[in-house]
Amino acid sequence: MSERLRRSMLFVPGNNPGMIRDAHIYGSDSIMFDLEDSVAITEKDTARFLVYKALTTLSYGKKELVVRINDLSSGIGVMDLEAIVRARPDVIRLPKTETAQDVIDCEREIERIEREAGIPVGSTGMMAAIESAIGVLNAKEIAFSSKRLIGIALGAEDYVTDLKTTRSPEGVELMFARGMIVNAAKAAGIMALDTVYSDVNNEEGFIAEATLIRKMGFDGKSIINPRQVAPLHAVFTPSERDLKKAMAIMDAIAEANARGSGVASLNGKMIDKPVVARAQYLLELYERSKAMPVEEV
Amino acid sequence: MKIITTGVAGTMESSDIIVTIEPKENEGIELSLESDVMQQFGKQIEKVIRETLDELGVKAAKVSAVDKGALDCTVAARTMAAAYRAAESTDYVFKEVKSK
Repeated sequence: MSERLRRSMLFVPGNNPGMIRDAHIYGSDSIMFDLEDSVAITEKDTARFLVYKALTTLSYGKKELVVRINDLSSGIGVMDLEAIVRARPDVIRLPKTETAQDVIDCEREIERIEREAGIPVGSTGMMAAIESAIGVLNAKEIAFSSKRLIGIALGAEDYVTDLKTTRSPEGVELMFARGMIVNAAKAAGIMALDTVYSDVNNEEGFIAEATLIRKMGFDGKSIINPRQVAPLHAVFTPSERDLKKAMAIMDAIAEANARGSGVASLNGKMIDKPVVARAQYLLELYERSKAMPVEEV
Repeated sequence: MKIITTGVAGTMESSDIIVTIEPKENEGIELSLESDVMQQFGKQIEKVIRETLDELGVKAAKVSAVDKGALDCTVAARTMAAAYRAAESTDYVFKEVKSK
């Protein structure tokens, strides 16, 4: 598992200079410059130049920088890679991933460009967005398809269109896809990243969805509005009660280990290896989130 | 790079710039610029446009730009896009960043 937090991945339209300039001030863990759906087909070239120049000129501090390219079958995707790989973002996000071969094909192009440009081979990370019924069924193969993958993500808008349904506040239509994606990601030791919540004025609904996906095991979520950063981080920040409990678990197991035992008891409940691992992860998450404070918007 | 038609890139949104590049018979760059921040940044914007065209090997062009407070990187990006469009070329050249 990567050490980096990816609670919030903020989409920034690739042809909007004002948003590109300000993207780092909102406190999201990652910034995702978009060359795909938010860019009109007639402006693919201008957005590509803009994101390339921003990445090679502006400083975004410690933010993780991700670029969503167009899919490779469109022909535009390879043109995006020719520019963006040379600008050295942390991660390339591949949209509409349906098979492991999609990832392998994209990786082959990235590697070719890295070699041509004298960039260390393997230094460009990848993430794959799954946005169709067939992609969800292939989630396991996709998750295991490349060492470059830092995570797999759900793209719900195209997915529900493929299912011939619509999105609901409860998200029942996404249960299978989310289950498949989170399981596949964890089996491969990479992150599971949830889809956007498009009703930006419904904070209650957003928090309910964020709470659900955190409980399911997702590591974070794509967002489309800076206002969603703070409530999302609040959901992903362990509560004081959880922290105290985790610390008590660590103390109890340390005491048991000192006695030569791997099992302890706390308030009448057995503390064994998986309980300790969960407590340890929660404390790590807390430490990492402290290092990336939420900025007020 | 030879300019053979009119190429336009950018918008009138705040923080953007519209760059229009047209063919010109004689060698040289003829540049006209309007900017909301002409006093403070007019010279800098002109410098970025000229340098970008020079890097692309554009020897002759008529350029007009309307700036709405764009950063240097936006000025350069819009100039590049307008130039490639005006040259009707998709043989894009992107230089790599050697270190992160």
